[in-house]
Amino acid sequence: MNILLIAEHDNSALNPATLSAVSAATQIGGELTVLVAGADCQNVADEAAKVSGVSKVLLADNAAYAKGLAENLSALIAEVATGYSHIIAAASSTSKDTMPRVAALLDVGQLSEIIAVESADIFKRPIYAGNAIATVQSQDAVKVITVRTSAFDKAAAEGGCAGVETVANSRDSGTSNFVNEELVKSDRPELTAASVVISGGRGLGSAENFALLENVADKLGAAIGASRAAVDAGFVSNDLQVGQTGKIVAPELYIAVGISGAIQHLAGMKESKVIVAINKDEEAPIFQLADYGLVGDLFKVLPELEAKL
Amino acid sequence: MKLIVSVKRVIDYNIKVRVKADNTGVDLANVKMALNPFCEIAVEEAIRLKEAGVASEVVVVSIGPTAVQEQLRTALALGADRAIHVETDELPEPLNVAKLLAKVIEAEQPGLVILGKQSIDSDNNQVGQMLAALAGRPQGTFASEVKVEGGKVLVTREVDGGLRTLSLDLPAIVTTDLRLNEPRYAKLPDIMKAKRKPLDVKTPADLGVELKQHITQLKVETPAQREAGIKVDSVDALIDKLKNEAKVI
Amino acid sequence: MRESMEFDVVIVGAGPAGLSAACRLMQQAREKEQELTVCVVEKGSEVGAHILSGAVIESRAMDELFPDWKEMGAPLNTPVTADEVYLFKSDTAAKKVPNALIPKTMHNTGHGLNNYVVSLGNVCRWLAEQAESLGVEVFPGFAAAEVLFNDDGSVKGVATGDMGITAAGEQGPNYMEGMELHAKYTLFAEGCRGHLGKLLIEKFQLDIHADTQHYGVGLKELWNIDPGKHRPGLVIHGSGWPLNTGGSYDTTGGFFLYHLENNQVVVGLIVDLNYTNPWLSPFDEFQRMKHHPVLADHLAGGNRVAYGARAITKGGFNALPKMTFPGGLLIGCNAGTLNFSKIKGTHTAMKSGMLAAEAVFEAITAGDKSSKELSSFNDKFKDSWAYDELFRSRNFGPAMHKFGPILGGAFNFVDQNIFAGKLPITLHDEKADYAQLKPADQCPKVDYPKPDGRLSFDKLSSVFISNTNHEEDQPCHLKLKDASIPIAQNLPLYAEPAQRYCPAGVYEVIEEGSGPRFQINAQNCVHCKTCDIKDPAQNITWVVPEGAGGPNYPNM
Repeated sequence: MNILLIAEHDNSALNPATLSAVSAATQIGGELTVLVAGADCQNVADEAAKVSGVSKVLLADNAAYAKGLAENLSALIAEVATGYSHIIAAASSTSKDTMPRVAALLDVGQLSEIIAVESADIFKRPIYAGNAIATVQSQDAVKVITVRTSAFDKAAAEGGCAGVETVANSRDSGTSNFVNEELVKSDRPELTAASVVISGGRGLGSAENFALLENVADKLGAAIGASRAAVDAGFVSNDLQVGQTGKIVAPELYIAVGISGAIQHLAGMKESKVIVAINKDEEAPIFQLADYGLVGDLFKVLPELEAKL
Repeated sequence: MKLIVSVKRVIDYNIKVRVKADNTGVDLANVKMALNPFCEIAVEEAIRLKEAGVASEVVVVSIGPTAVQEQLRTALALGADRAIHVETDELPEPLNVAKLLAKVIEAEQPGLVILGKQSIDSDNNQVGQMLAALAGRPQGTFASEVKVEGGKVLVTREVDGGLRTLSLDLPAIVTTDLRLNEPRYAKLPDIMKAKRKPLDVKTPADLGVELKQHITQLKVETPAQREAGIKVDSVDALIDKLKNEAKVI
Repeated sequence: MRESMEFDVVIVGAGPAGLSAACRLMQQAREKEQELTVCVVEKGSEVGAHILSGAVIESRAMDELFPDWKEMGAPLNTPVTADEVYLFKSDTAAKKVPNALIPKTMHNTGHGLNNYVVSLGNVCRWLAEQAESLGVEVFPGFAAAEVLFNDDGSVKGVATGDMGITAAGEQGPNYMEGMELHAKYTLFAEGCRGHLGKLLIEKFQLDIHADTQHYGVGLKELWNIDPGKHRPGLVIHGSGWPLNTGGSYDTTGGFFLYHLENNQVVVGLIVDLNYTNPWLSPFDEFQRMKHHPVLADHLAGGNRVAYGARAITKGGFNALPKMTFPGGLLIGCNAGTLNFSKIKGTHTAMKSGMLAAEAVFEAITAGDKSSKELSSFNDKFKDSWAYDELFRSRNFGPAMHKFGPILGGAFNFVDQNIFAGKLPITLHDEKADYAQLKPADQCPKVDYPKPDGRLSFDKLSSVFISNTNHEEDQPCHLKLKDASIPIAQNLPLYAEPAQRYCPAGVYEVIEEGSGPRFQINAQNCVHCKTCDIKDPAQNITWVVPEGAGGPNYPNM
């Protein structure tokens, strides 16, 4: 087996999500080649070459790939794909845009956001917003795959010493042009994209007390969430609501503070990788699914946590 | 300019899905079905473009068994002009859907095709991109704003960490994200009128597409229940576990 | 000016009564080759979404409406094959009541009438298909929010609710004004305690000659059980523990467990809403009841699929209001045609709808353009089997209320089995359910066990599988006449019973630094109407939320 992995990056650094995709690729087995497509992205290729488990890096450094336009990238990948059994990428807004296009160009199906590798052609993936897990088998000679990064540990960023080869190729469709971009320069990551989320419930008691959460969030680079009870009580606005009728999040770390854990809330966060619950009621249902539970008064725990992080 | 919108019939988003005891899928017996929310946004966007005078006709397409005509009628009630039903026994997988749609647009020659970015049942997020590849057209996926001007469409896309705007040559393919618009409600008289709007039924054979299986669903399971972990007795212990055991901070 | 549409007949509610009326209207129009426009509005997101019933139904009305319903594929698939009745003596002990001692009306086999275990939601879905194929316009997702009147005071039709109003009461971005639906006759088939029906009863004083109405709240779950335990068509009823023991001492009600098709079983409890102890929680009574060995034996090893609750109009014949008024009729449970002695109301509701359809069609064909009062309906109703069986059962509920389940049961046995309901006495029960609560400090608290997560569950995970939801940004559809009453009056006196009688966790009293606060979680509402009925201050008015809100019951 020969796996082609598409690196996720911003032309200057390798996005750590790539490391999770490398783990998934390693589980499939075989030779692993990483394609770095971008502009002025030699640095990314060098980083990719050091990732443990990578045997070769292909660098397509060309202005056509600077902005990750799906038309150009998919044409490049489909061309480079010859000889590979798997084409794999971490699920991101770029890969979700590009990979189905690659699959169609190769006349194969795509396996979106896999969460487990069962064999070289059998995978598990969530359907119905994670409320069911499908085991699927690819019938195609080439498997095009995106990987849900929270489901795979990150491969070691160091330890490899792959060679970097250049792909001299420029595929510019000319039909799609980058106009501009507005990256959110918030101190806080967006709730659904954050790798750490700290959420407060009715236990916080007031809108003012959410400041305690914010202090901890600052230390962790976390997004702030809330339970419906906290939203209904008017502590925070409803765009922070996590749960059945709010946002569905699946961060690396979810910290639930003063949240009892009604099923309506759990529906929005149970896919998180690690769940921490802080609650004074040791019978609170949230402890039934928390990886780490701390029974205690949040008004003492939060300042201490802030101080010690 | 003609617009084509493709829509999918899915389980209503309020319904808690339940996996069937034999693990062949989820139980859809007598369960409320609805227009996929992202498709509803696509329909709304098309109707707004028509109301703004940008588009002259909105054609809505759905693929699947006879029951999908219910969702086509919903789209007609919301303001689409006519419907095409491509009849298949089951809901085909994304590449097949894209191939059928590619044939429809080859015949209809729309200026813009608008689709939902993904369906809330299979969560694939593929059809729009595949269709764009097959038709050799540019794509603007996960759109939160769509503006048509001077033979181009400006699509503002929701990307990780922000927004990115592309300018695409027409004809183009656009897929919708949640914030693009807030769909309207259908009015009673329009629901009645929708019953009389034209609805053509075609088969994959009519379109010259042979459906192929690329991905087999072996089984469907309920996600594993999370088990309770451990209780820690202090903030120090918690930080230690998160750093050294879970390695998430 | 709101837009309006004209129909010959507008029907509010796509339940058994409303849909039977719609079908019967169109059947007559077809027979007479006459044009007729009939529209049904339904607040649920689809037909059947808000239907919750046991249900064992008697096919009598269906036989009359669609004689070949079997060939047509009506989902009456599971004939009742066995009847069992139990009296629960305690949390473990039960006495199986010999058949000979059970009131005849409660027999589901062997008296010449055919009974089926069904999902009433699916029966309604099927009836709606028939109605549509006969030419009826059925509009799910549209709530009738308002009754419209002509200048002469007769009913002109209804208006559907505005959509897209924000919680603050302003027009949101997708605002759509409601629409007026005008009709020669409007049939109100909203089910128990319909909010328009309630207004009409008051406005036209329809109940001045009737006894006070009585209600129960029915809680129900659908289970997939171990196929080895499945006995399609088995029907189990009973009473006793956990009601009328311990803290629930003087509470009456009964449970049911029916075996449907496909290894599915429904289990439920009806708690009469004239209970007196404000600490009682019908939801928790139901949850602990399932642990009784007689019921647990069926459920253990299975898994719960759906949950819901709905109030039941159970006052019967004596409490039945006048069903006609100028321009319209109340039909089915909106009036109160349930036969409590049979624990069945579908056949009588359907029959009331069919009779209403006949009266309305006669009036329309006679060239009646004005909205008269259809007294012809009353004659048709009096001549019908539905009236006959309601009359015979008139003492059943009052006897239970007056004498309790044991002596009342004995009375009912004598009344129904020996005198066939013709004893020349009529029992009355004039105290309204909401007035029955005793002060909390005079009643024992009820100590409910924690749910075990296998047979019993907490309220919120139950509400979760009712699939209920309401668009969040809309005005609260549970109106308090006086916002201070829950905390100022109900809390000290009755420990605010809404927290416990609501089977969906809509009402909470939250302790805050500044004191207790009454919280209404309207999104959780399953449209059961218990709050509208049981609030001791009659301070809560249930109105329709935005159309399509509420539960989405599959197969209930």
